[in-house]
Amino acid sequence: MLFSISWRNIWRNKVRSSVIIFSIAVGIFAGVFSSAFFKGMADQRIHKVINTELSYIQVHKAGFRQTSDFNNYIPDAVALVDKIAKVPHVTGVSRRMIIQSMIASAETATGVMIEGIDTGREMKVTTIHDKMVEGKYFEGISRNPIVIGKKLAEKLNVKVKSKVVITLQDMDNNITSGAFRVVGIYSTDNNIFDESHVFVRFSDLQKLSDFPPKAAHEIAINLDDNKNLPVVLKQVKKLAKGYEVLDWKELSPEMNYLTEAMDMYMYIFIIIILLALLFGIINTMLMVVMERTKEIGMLMAIGMNKFRVFSMIVLESIMLSLTGGIVGVIIGGLASKLGETHPVNLSMWAQGYQQLGYDAFVYTSVDPGMLINVTLLVILTGIIAALYPAYKALKNDPADALRIE
Amino acid sequence: MNVIEIKNLVKIYNSGEVKVKAVNGITTHFEQGEFTAVVGPSGSGKTTFLNMIGGLDRPTEGEVIIDGSNIWNLTSRQIIDFRMNNIGFVFQAYNLIPVLTAGENVEFIMHLQGKPKKEREQRTKELLEAVGIGDRIKSRPGKLSGGQQQRVAVARALASKPKFILADEPTANLDSVATTGLLELMAEMNKKYNTTFIFATHDQRVMDKARRIITIEDGKILNDEKFDR
Repeated sequence: MLFSISWRNIWRNKVRSSVIIFSIAVGIFAGVFSSAFFKGMADQRIHKVINTELSYIQVHKAGFRQTSDFNNYIPDAVALVDKIAKVPHVTGVSRRMIIQSMIASAETATGVMIEGIDTGREMKVTTIHDKMVEGKYFEGISRNPIVIGKKLAEKLNVKVKSKVVITLQDMDNNITSGAFRVVGIYSTDNNIFDESHVFVRFSDLQKLSDFPPKAAHEIAINLDDNKNLPVVLKQVKKLAKGYEVLDWKELSPEMNYLTEAMDMYMYIFIIIILLALLFGIINTMLMVVMERTKEIGMLMAIGMNKFRVFSMIVLESIMLSLTGGIVGVIIGGLASKLGETHPVNLSMWAQGYQQLGYDAFVYTSVDPGMLINVTLLVILTGIIAALYPAYKALKNDPADALRIE
Repeated sequence: MNVIEIKNLVKIYNSGEVKVKAVNGITTHFEQGEFTAVVGPSGSGKTTFLNMIGGLDRPTEGEVIIDGSNIWNLTSRQIIDFRMNNIGFVFQAYNLIPVLTAGENVEFIMHLQGKPKKEREQRTKELLEAVGIGDRIKSRPGKLSGGQQQRVAVARALASKPKFILADEPTANLDSVATTGLLELMAEMNKKYNTTFIFATHDQRVMDKARRIITIEDGKILNDEKFDR
């Protein structure tokens, strides 16, 4: 019966209750949607980093990542690649040569990271081949083809079929150069990556630098799903004993922090929204209690104890908050669900976002746990908002309250 | 048999620097089944007197002994339970819960008492029929006339099966037809359930129905008369 009284009491002043419910709904909608938006943005960023740069797991010789020392390679890379490829959930394995070098066009030169890749295997690990904006991924030019990023192409002022010269140090620390022809230009939405990474065939780079043919600096591994990462990591570590085996979280800890930080920011954001709403609810509940002083006095007179009066006010506040909260969560959840298939278009500001490695089209990502937590936070807000008004109600003296005309 | 014994009841209000003696040493008793009117001019102390008997206003001095013990020795929590189980209140302004229907208003106190649903519903129906508005069980107070609302209030007061009912100016807001109807109803309930009724009033029609009239002036009993009606 207390539930029924509390619920009906909310609707005694329809306009006032609707206004506060509406404001709660709008606040929660904003919180839920923006959290899904930023989570989607972070997920996309991580996904992209894994697909274009990192892959899920990488194997190196210890120390290579720190020094990029050309001579610090995995000698038995080909055999290891074959073994890793047989591990369940592994969808692609690729070995890479990675050398810091200079790239020069007719106009200018710049430093880049040149990656010698096994093109067929690499396509199963990264998605650069899907990001071609001009030319084709190692198709059409048979001698020394090179794939470069759009940003770098602009910087060097080169096009498809233009010639570039790569200069690097070989195994004997001699400076050596090779002419390559641009076969394709890619764009990953991450300008920094695009400007600093070029891809050539493993065999071409190996010949140029006199690198052992069966070796590699890096083995990159792709998986069917991130959830299988721990299992595969364990097996790869067993196969690649003596080498450094790292997953994407270790390779790029900032990506892992990005998710955690994004979650934390979202909770802070929602708590700030709820804090603002809290004062609105307190105000409404105070009005409710003051308007009903006589009625509350009467209820206490006929035998409603303080606990029940307190519960009635708290319930009213929770129901008021929860009604708005649920409306907000539902609308926010639905809008976010829609955003999973219909991305938010940020192309107007794409330049700035792409500099940071984010997509211009953001697909939202709804976390059901987040929706539950937001609902619980709304209930908590309702309870906190009711405390002072309920305390005021309990201070009522029934005899005094009943004297009110 | 005495239901209530009152010994030297005093209530002093502090109104700024001035101390006002609203009730000034009343000693009396009420018996089971009485139908008593406490009368007197405005400010004579009738309501304060009733509030002290009803456990709403703590006396400055004196005792209200019900069932052999002074109710003002109870803790505030016990006194609320005491009111719920022993006293029925009828107020001048009806004071029904506006969001509940007539039936739910009557049922509410039994809900507080923890009575089972079936018993609550049965007694609600019986009481509303007894007060003559069985057909309005699903109406909210706003849809009822003043007389009908006061009948619901009487049914509510009787719902907890109290030892006595305290009615503070119950007819003050009613027209003469509703007043007559209500008084007859309360007299009937008084006889039917043998419930003690104590009114604070200055309505002559209530006095005409009362079998005992206590006249209070300046917080003291001026006259205490019994009538055979």
